Amino acid sequence: MSVASAFEKARGEGRSALVGYLPAGFPDVDGSIDALKVMVDAGCDVIEVGFPYTDPVMDGPTVQAAAQQALEQGVRTTDVLRVVEAVAATGAPTLVMTYWNPVEHYGRASGRNGRSGVDRFAADLASAGGAGLITPDITPDFGQEWIAAADAHDLDKVFLVSPSSTDERIAMTTAACRGFVYATAVMGVTGARASTSDLAGPLVARTKATTDLPVGVGLGVSNGDQAAEIAAYADGVIVGSALVRTLLDAGSDRAAGLAALRALTEDLADGVRRG
Amino acid sequence: MSFEADERGFFGNFGGRFMPEALVAALDELTVAWQDAMADAQFTSDFEAILRDYANTPSPLYHAERLSEKVGVRVLLKREDLNHTGAHKIRNVLGQAMLTKRMGKTRVIAETGAGQHGVASATAAAYFGLDCTVYMGAVDTRRQALNVARMQLLGAKVIPVDSGSATLKDAINEALRDWVASVDNTAYLFGTAAGPHPFPSMVRDFCRGIGDEARRQSLDQFGALPDAIAACVGGGSNAIGLFTAFLDDDVKIYGFEAGGEGIETGRHAATIGAGDSGVLHGARTYVLQDDDGQTIESHSISAGLDYPGVGPQHSHLAEVGRASYLPVTDAEAMDALALLSRTEGIIPAVESAHALAGALRVAEELKAEKGPTATILVNLSGRGDKDMETAVEWFQLGADEGDDK
Repeated sequence: MSVASAFEKARGEGRSALVGYLPAGFPDVDGSIDALKVMVDAGCDVIEVGFPYTDPVMDGPTVQAAAQQALEQGVRTTDVLRVVEAVAATGAPTLVMTYWNPVEHYGRASGRNGRSGVDRFAADLASAGGAGLITPDITPDFGQEWIAAADAHDLDKVFLVSPSSTDERIAMTTAACRGFVYATAVMGVTGARASTSDLAGPLVARTKATTDLPVGVGLGVSNGDQAAEIAAYADGVIVGSALVRTLLDAGSDRAAGLAALRALTEDLADGVRRG
Repeated sequence: MSFEADERGFFGNFGGRFMPEALVAALDELTVAWQDAMADAQFTSDFEAILRDYANTPSPLYHAERLSEKVGVRVLLKREDLNHTGAHKIRNVLGQAMLTKRMGKTRVIAETGAGQHGVASATAAAYFGLDCTVYMGAVDTRRQALNVARMQLLGAKVIPVDSGSATLKDAINEALRDWVASVDNTAYLFGTAAGPHPFPSMVRDFCRGIGDEARRQSLDQFGALPDAIAACVGGGSNAIGLFTAFLDDDVKIYGFEAGGEGIETGRHAATIGAGDSGVLHGARTYVLQDDDGQTIESHSISAGLDYPGVGPQHSHLAEVGRASYLPVTDAEAMDALALLSRTEGIIPAVESAHALAGALRVAEELKAEKGPTATILVNLSGRGDKDMETAVEWFQLGADEGDDK
């Protein structure tokens, strides 16, 4: 299923879609595959596989800690693609959320065919069954290379809009998106927050004024009640840090971590149905 | 040939603005404010006045005669170590703090490695009455406890950063995270001529007085331009500050990167010499990175050069061949530090000692080529007080030297 059809299906059911994030390689590569499959099974409509990176400027402490653990264990780009392949095989549309440099640098050491790293990554992502990329640290005006590669390989391009974005930039951004538009609910980094943001509603309205694409809201969502609040006005609810937190808190008790992850995902899936 | 950035911040293939959308509005606002300010005669004359009356510029161009005699060519030192707070950094922060006031923002944040930019930022914040928070890698807060105390005394809040490698690059990450959440009232005083547009061009503009003064002083005091100029390059603000005035002249330009324990050991910070094109902290530039594009931690005896990226204009100058970037090892730099201390009575910063060590190598070539009238101008970007612990450890100083048992 494509990202677009997952959003359509949710809309057909009169609800928002649930988009769940977890970094590849956390707690280890196989562990992340197990966890992401639990998220699919417990009600995530779209999956975001996080690409661990050394300099994650948009991430708060929770996601940083998980990505750092993955990097310390030596997770490689090829591992990220392996995770994508395994999760996409469940049928859930699977996007990769990544900072830009690892994409640009992909396969450069092997120098295959003189193609750009971006194009090589797009080709390998597509053949792994990946749906596309969410790119938090590039904007369409500096993402031409990715836009060209995504178009060539029929991949989704999810760019972010922010409460600080001008209407002109929102229009420019949504025009470049495919799949959905990622609206950041707060001015800040990833991380669960106690209350929902009052900036998200107006941002979704401004975004929807420019596009027919679904609009997902992320940053700060941590439970079913918050998901329900956001589902009242957004097409998708994006959750990351709160899901990561369940596994971090469980430490080495993998079974307990997966059980907590399942329970939270079910709560969130219930939330998007109440919105 | 133009060495300027285009309107999107690209110097040839390098630069640009690879940033989260959340910060684009702030970067646009900053770009407009900076361009307006630079076109405003009142702003530029205020900047000149504060640099003169408060920061003690123009810094002298000093003919190091004893050192010159030793190396066989004329060595000129641009004495940025005599500026207020002891380094060229004060130029940049005063410029950015003036802009902050002009934009009506009340709070500044900064990253710092060794603490020099943090101290300069805290100083400028104190002068202009701005609230100041400095992010510093936890490893660095321990290595540079004295600078932490300086910043605190100046009224700044110092936040140790534990994430990642807990050094300068992580302090930048944390400052960016703060900025995303505080951009309404906060300006980010970026410490070097790197990062997203407009920082590389703006920081250069605030630092270019180094070269403008040095060029004028060369002509006034010595009747000629130097044959070569040299500066150390970490992010590269003192270097671009020196180079800019000389780009169109028939003057050889050298940037010296931290070669650490030697390029071959992998423990270095020679970004241009041993890195690869990539995107780090908002700009396309040379980056020390592994096969997967993950940033590699840099190593240098000098905290101020210990950064795995470099300003994009330097990457451009290297690519087009206008400047040469060469590594200087820890050992070469420390030798130069001792040499200058003993021949001229000037203890340079370890960073600046890299420039001097590299210049001494270039001096050999110049001497062979042009004889003793050849002139090399070295930017002495900072003073060495902050590095005494490093020197104590390196040279085994402070032991019972007088004890002749």
